[in-house]
Amino acid sequence: MLNTGDILETIKMIEEEHLDIRTITMGISLMDCAADNMEVLCARIYDKITRSAEKLVRTGEEIEHEYGIPIINKRISVTPIAMVAGSCRASDYTPIALAMDRAAKTVGVNFIGGFSALVHKGFTGGDENLLRSIPEALASTDIVCSSVNVATTRAGINMDAIAQMGDIIKQCAYLTRDNSSMACAKLVVFANAVEDNPFMAGAFHGVGEPDCVINVGVSGPGVVRSAIARAGDCNLSQLAETVKRTAFKITRVGQLVATEASQRLGVPFGIVDLSLAPTPAIGDSVAHILEEMGLEQCGAHGTTATLALLNDAVKKGGVMASSHVGGLSGAFIPVSEDAGMIDAARAGILRLDKLEAMTAVCSVGLDMIAIPGDTPADVICGIIADEISIGVVNNKTTAVRVIPAFGCKVGDEVEFGGLLGSAPVMEVCTKSPGKFISRGGRIPAPIHSLRN
Amino acid sequence: MKAVITVVGRDAKGIIAKTTTVLSERGVNVLDITQSVMGDIFAMVMYVDISACTIPFTALVDEMRALGEQIGVKIHTMHEDIFNSMHRI
Repeated sequence: MLNTGDILETIKMIEEEHLDIRTITMGISLMDCAADNMEVLCARIYDKITRSAEKLVRTGEEIEHEYGIPIINKRISVTPIAMVAGSCRASDYTPIALAMDRAAKTVGVNFIGGFSALVHKGFTGGDENLLRSIPEALASTDIVCSSVNVATTRAGINMDAIAQMGDIIKQCAYLTRDNSSMACAKLVVFANAVEDNPFMAGAFHGVGEPDCVINVGVSGPGVVRSAIARAGDCNLSQLAETVKRTAFKITRVGQLVATEASQRLGVPFGIVDLSLAPTPAIGDSVAHILEEMGLEQCGAHGTTATLALLNDAVKKGGVMASSHVGGLSGAFIPVSEDAGMIDAARAGILRLDKLEAMTAVCSVGLDMIAIPGDTPADVICGIIADEISIGVVNNKTTAVRVIPAFGCKVGDEVEFGGLLGSAPVMEVCTKSPGKFISRGGRIPAPIHSLRN
Repeated sequence: MKAVITVVGRDAKGIIAKTTTVLSERGVNVLDITQSVMGDIFAMVMYVDISACTIPFTALVDEMRALGEQIGVKIHTMHEDIFNSMHRI
């Protein structure tokens, strides 16, 4: 029989330490929905999504009930819409976002991602239409998420795309000015975006994926923090070992849920994403893990080192626990979604520069950061260009999800609600990178992209 | 199918009797049981066979939880695989 101590440990992880499955995300290919007429296209998209994901939420709830493990979100990711809509005669893609929103609500999922374009080397007609449609699409829908991949290590950085994203983010903020500039929280700018990411807002269903697939994202910062607390006064080798063991256990639950969901839905299992995803709940913070390791507060010198240790140990522990690991797989540091990050940012200890450095050693980027509403578009482009460069040069995924909260200034708080939390508005350097950004063109791929 | 039922809470009279009564009414066979009392905290773990259970498993989960609330303890009923996958390689 099972060991009583092990059983009680599992119960404690779930009850007191917020162990949960963050998301079961169903990836659905919309490649077979293409049409030259917008109404036909939207109808096909709606039908394909509602047909494929009909049982997703119910199955998720059944698994949650039987295994006693909370599954916080059920989500859908779809083929980047710019590809699906490329052959459509209409140039405004907002109706597609509305169809996605309706379909997602019909099947009862929490989010749907994939209002996306991959423009790391340049734009197709569909890409240009999609980018133009983003602000209106996000402002007129509730649960649709959008992402734009503007760079890869192989292709370099499309600075024309970055130049557009600054304006798009500002428009998103303005159009949802009565709702905390919420549209910006649903828009991510990526470098090296991954095709099987189950996490929002950056999930989309890549072109190399099967028709339908199940990806699972685990969570559990609280479990890791408690394990470190219990490990007490140990050295860093032992600390890393503790994190690895804990990550192994967390990931095994993810693997179990993924296998079970895939079987019950008759859909192939894709990957388990080994990310430590915080929530605003007390005791579910990545910043608190770093503080438990020995920082007075997250943002202190030494923060990047603690995060590097954590991120690596989570991967090493998790990788053996799952048959297929993928997605983003690393610790997330979204400011508004992490109680410890919020406190540190509010106290002025955690600043944008430090966050940028932290993203060099973890997943995924400058995430859920509120900046002053009057931040010029070219400064936002500069923030994006810096972050994207880190990803391109280090051969990793990075992303930017900043919210220039309309009408807000440094020190104000922006409330997003739910899993998105609340964010103190952080200071940015207002010196203009405008001339650099407006040069346009591409930053060439780094030398180490030539790996053949 | 096998499941694990844990009962944790302040010790009181009749906890075991009340839980096992519900289980036997529902056709659940208790295969193994361990329990201990530390101070005044009562902890019991039961390993049960639910293949002959007369109600759906999820209904049993809810019924056991409700029973726990009634007698002032926490009762979790979970598929054994979550523990197997977490603690066994």
